[in-house]
Amino acid sequence: MPARRIIPCLDVRDGVVVKGVKFRNHRVVGDIVELAERYRDEGADEIVLYDITASTEDRGVDVSWISRVARVLDIPFAVAGGIRSVEQAARRLEFGADKISINSPALERPGLIDELAARFGSQCIVVGIDSRNDGADFVTHQYTGNPDKSRSTGRSMIEWVREVQDRGAGEIVLNCMNSDGVREGYDIEQLAAAREVCTLPLIASGGAGAKEHFADVFEKVDVSGALAASIFHSGEIPIPDLKRYLDQCKIEIRL
Amino acid sequence: MTVIVDLGCANLASVGYALERLGVPFKISRDASEISAADRIILPGVGSASFSARQLDSRELRAVLVKATQPILGVCLGMQLLYETSEEGDAICLGLLSGMVTRLEVSAVETWPHMGWSRLRQTRNDSRLLSGIDDGAYAYFVHGFCCPIDDATVGEAEYGARFAAAVEKDNVFGCQFHPERSSAMGAKILKNFLEVPC
Repeated sequence: MPARRIIPCLDVRDGVVVKGVKFRNHRVVGDIVELAERYRDEGADEIVLYDITASTEDRGVDVSWISRVARVLDIPFAVAGGIRSVEQAARRLEFGADKISINSPALERPGLIDELAARFGSQCIVVGIDSRNDGADFVTHQYTGNPDKSRSTGRSMIEWVREVQDRGAGEIVLNCMNSDGVREGYDIEQLAAAREVCTLPLIASGGAGAKEHFADVFEKVDVSGALAASIFHSGEIPIPDLKRYLDQCKIEIRL
Repeated sequence: MTVIVDLGCANLASVGYALERLGVPFKISRDASEISAADRIILPGVGSASFSARQLDSRELRAVLVKATQPILGVCLGMQLLYETSEEGDAICLGLLSGMVTRLEVSAVETWPHMGWSRLRQTRNDSRLLSGIDDGAYAYFVHGFCCPIDDATVGEAEYGARFAAAVEKDNVFGCQFHPERSSAMGAKILKNFLEVPC
């Protein structure tokens, strides 16, 4: 199997990197290119750039920053946020993104996944899923980048995972909302439930607060990668330390 | 001048940026005479073999590439195009290397396509392309079809089955992985290619 991937996620808003707690109260944490370079040098296996403004605002956004990132990165990166058409996806790929990731627009119009996969190949189509454990079921949420618009779709995450892969997605990022920003570990229960039905590479998101949480998710759920933001941005868990720790835990990792 | 062949593929910009980082002048072109006059040719590729093979024909590049005597490097799908045929859409490729590109056979526990960082195992110690690269170094792969292991193979990788991950024969070179996205090891491989005498 390929090495497990460590994936820092940069939430981008109005051209700067921000981070909020449970998707709220965003504060600026730095410049996109500087942070991308830092993670490249620290040994990140991939970077996700999530344009949280673009996802909720109904307007054409400037994505030329993608080429500034593509120029400096020698590892793959995905861009997410506000991609509602084949044309918008094509622009981002032309600027140098390796993958595009869609979330709310896929829930609005699931056929978008088929269109993107047919045009660009499944390998560069990632579907992000925001899901919350409401006690009875795992429920998919939409527009989570904006607290005023964020809402439940009422749709089962498990059913959505099945549909997404049938439509030709190449990878799924499952963001577990209960644990996101809380730093108490990945939501093993939700991830394991998704893993059971998911035949695609699955990336865990939401909840990383310690090195042990990464070992835990790789050992307990067969995820291809683990995504995190704040603990990397703050420098609390340096990626080289994390990777050495995972290597000691006998988890296959690229050092 | 190094020319990157424009087959309308998504990783064109990334390959160009990788050369930019190495400080190497290059041109992106779909013009047959420009490509034929190049010192070195890079054939990138993302997408399907049949689509790209049609691009070779519609842009009248097939003859130029088949006759190329300068160093030529195929990247990912570009490497697959160096072979005779591909199972993907029954494409007729360039035939600079013999053999057929086939679908990667994965087991029940593996997902298709192969995507991620896998080890590159070197099979020869006289490779120009892999000179200075550690055996077993990780490279970034994204592909669903693969090239056969034969005497042109200088590096192999495994995902479901073993396949040729790096090849070289005379002036023809290929990487199944993406050197432009394989960190420092990828940059070194591109540099090695750019230093092959032409």
